[in-house]
Amino acid sequence: MILINQIVQGVLLGGYYALIAIGLAFMFSVMRIINLAHGSLAVLSAFALFALADRYGVSPFLGLAIVAPAMGLVGWGLQRTVLERSARGGLLVPVLSTFGLSIIIDNLLFQGFGADTRSLAPYIGDLSFDSWSLTDDIAIGKLAALTMATAIALIGALHLFLMRTQIGRAIRATAEDPDTVGLVGVNPRLVNAVAAAIAMATVSIAGAFLAMRATFDPYAGALQLIFAFEATIIGGAGSLWGTLIGGIVLGVAQSLGALVSPQGFFIAGHFAFFAVLFARLYLTDLGAVLRRALIGAKPA
Amino acid sequence: MSQRAKIAVERWTPESRFAVVAAALALAALAIGPEAFSANAVDKLTTLFIYVILAVMWNALVGFCGLVSIGQQAFFGLGAYAAVRLANSGFGVYPGLFVAAALVGLISLPLSVIMLRLKGGEFAIGMWVVAELAHLFVNLDPLIRGETGTSLIELDAFAPDARRALTYWCALAAMACMLALVFALLRSPLGAAIQAIRDNEEAAESIGVRVERAKRLVFMLAAFGAALAGALWVATALTFQPKAYFSPLWTAYMIFMALVGGLGAFEGAILGAVVFFLIEAWFGAAGVWYLVGLGATALVFALAFPRGLWGWVEERTALRLLPIGYRLLGADAREAARPPGAG
Repeated sequence: MILINQIVQGVLLGGYYALIAIGLAFMFSVMRIINLAHGSLAVLSAFALFALADRYGVSPFLGLAIVAPAMGLVGWGLQRTVLERSARGGLLVPVLSTFGLSIIIDNLLFQGFGADTRSLAPYIGDLSFDSWSLTDDIAIGKLAALTMATAIALIGALHLFLMRTQIGRAIRATAEDPDTVGLVGVNPRLVNAVAAAIAMATVSIAGAFLAMRATFDPYAGALQLIFAFEATIIGGAGSLWGTLIGGIVLGVAQSLGALVSPQGFFIAGHFAFFAVLFARLYLTDLGAVLRRALIGAKPA
Repeated sequence: MSQRAKIAVERWTPESRFAVVAAALALAALAIGPEAFSANAVDKLTTLFIYVILAVMWNALVGFCGLVSIGQQAFFGLGAYAAVRLANSGFGVYPGLFVAAALVGLISLPLSVIMLRLKGGEFAIGMWVVAELAHLFVNLDPLIRGETGTSLIELDAFAPDARRALTYWCALAAMACMLALVFALLRSPLGAAIQAIRDNEEAAESIGVRVERAKRLVFMLAAFGAALAGALWVATALTFQPKAYFSPLWTAYMIFMALVGGLGAFEGAILGAVVFFLIEAWFGAAGVWYLVGLGATALVFALAFPRGLWGWVEERTALRLLPIGYRLLGADAREAARPPGAG
């Protein structure tokens, strides 16, 4: 029963990882950039929500109505000032520039808010600890369920947006070939800025759940980036629904690892990441070898 | 057309011959450091030597081979850990520093098989995951006692002055060896192959460069260098706290040094290490704002001056002190060097 409970909790934890991974995967698939400041930006939103709740008594959910558009603007500005220039500089520059950006954000947050760990849990009432009991051993936290539901809803909404709307189609076309879309009247710079704004709006939602479900501090971004990255890669880089699968795999691996030892939580998560990576690399190789063997076996 | 005969390939210039001899003499002169300088200066210089190793190794990996890694702290931390472990098991502390680095270099071989299949940003963060994993494993060792850490207590066997001098000489020797090794490597045919991979991996492979072998060699060399720096660091700092050694801040320092000095220029990394050392000495006390400044400087250099300070010097003076490339000479050299169709 403990095992089943751990798996259930792991799946629910996967909802949070999917949520944090969506923005990273979205940016990667559209702009081919891995934003190393991703985690720090999520923590920045968490602090913004915390400041609103702490100083002005704004509930986190209401606060998102302010922070999400604000983060969208941040994304827009970031794309225009940093990411666009970086992407032109080749593969190296985006990694270096966004890592520099993450150091700036982390330390400015430290300067502004100090080293204390914070949480939004006190501002959401019963939601932080309420749960539904399924059996004596298995309980589903309401917040965890809400996180999962939000992840699914957000991915679904983004999917519909990309498939059904004009700007969604423009984003997909720009992702395919930013040079050619210019020929058919799409402004790739504008489209990428919109995509960055959307990605950052999703990051603010992830930041809200990060802050509600646990504690965070100014340097919490690095770990969030790693979780987001692992979920993205496990799910198949750049696929939105993949982040949900990747998040769940990561969450289940972690909660099973936690059964072994406290550090087992992180170790098992990283191992799951490498196992999937390794399997994918070598299974593709195996496929290629088999194909070659079959083709080679044919008479010339 | 007849002018083409006048074109020659140049590797050494009078300035560069002078610079290499001067650098060798300077390194030799630094050996008397512990006799001549104050204890504080000796400690500071030891730190500088370690920064130079870090900068040169990261520059070899990123600037020359095009492999951006955010996880070199994995090797830095493992090198320090291996040094602590070896000393604890009765191995001589100072020889142990070099053996520790060699062990970590060996570990990086199987790691390279998996990691080098990742590209670009995936490799960068994948290495970070490696560092996290290495950190967690080191924490499991009872000797380290989790984040509490431990000390290199075996160094207590030396008198403080002797210890300071020995650590200084080890760091100086390590730096000199790594500089000579990377310089020789980059001037060898393999060096040209490595830079060809950075510029275009597929094209390099198509003209017969053994891409995988070359990348693996640089990856292992960079791992060895970072581990050596980590082992030396624990010999100067005396304490080993996993969190401090496996911190991505080390990679931030390496990025800063290589970027500001000049990514892909051999002289650049050395210059970057000196600049970083001075900035740390002047502004390190500013704490958080100092780190914000480092991040901002790295960002600005990445976006606006990707060739760094040394790139700026080279552009203006055509000065090449430690030449690793080739230059075309002759009346028509500029024409010949220009790609066709460039006007």
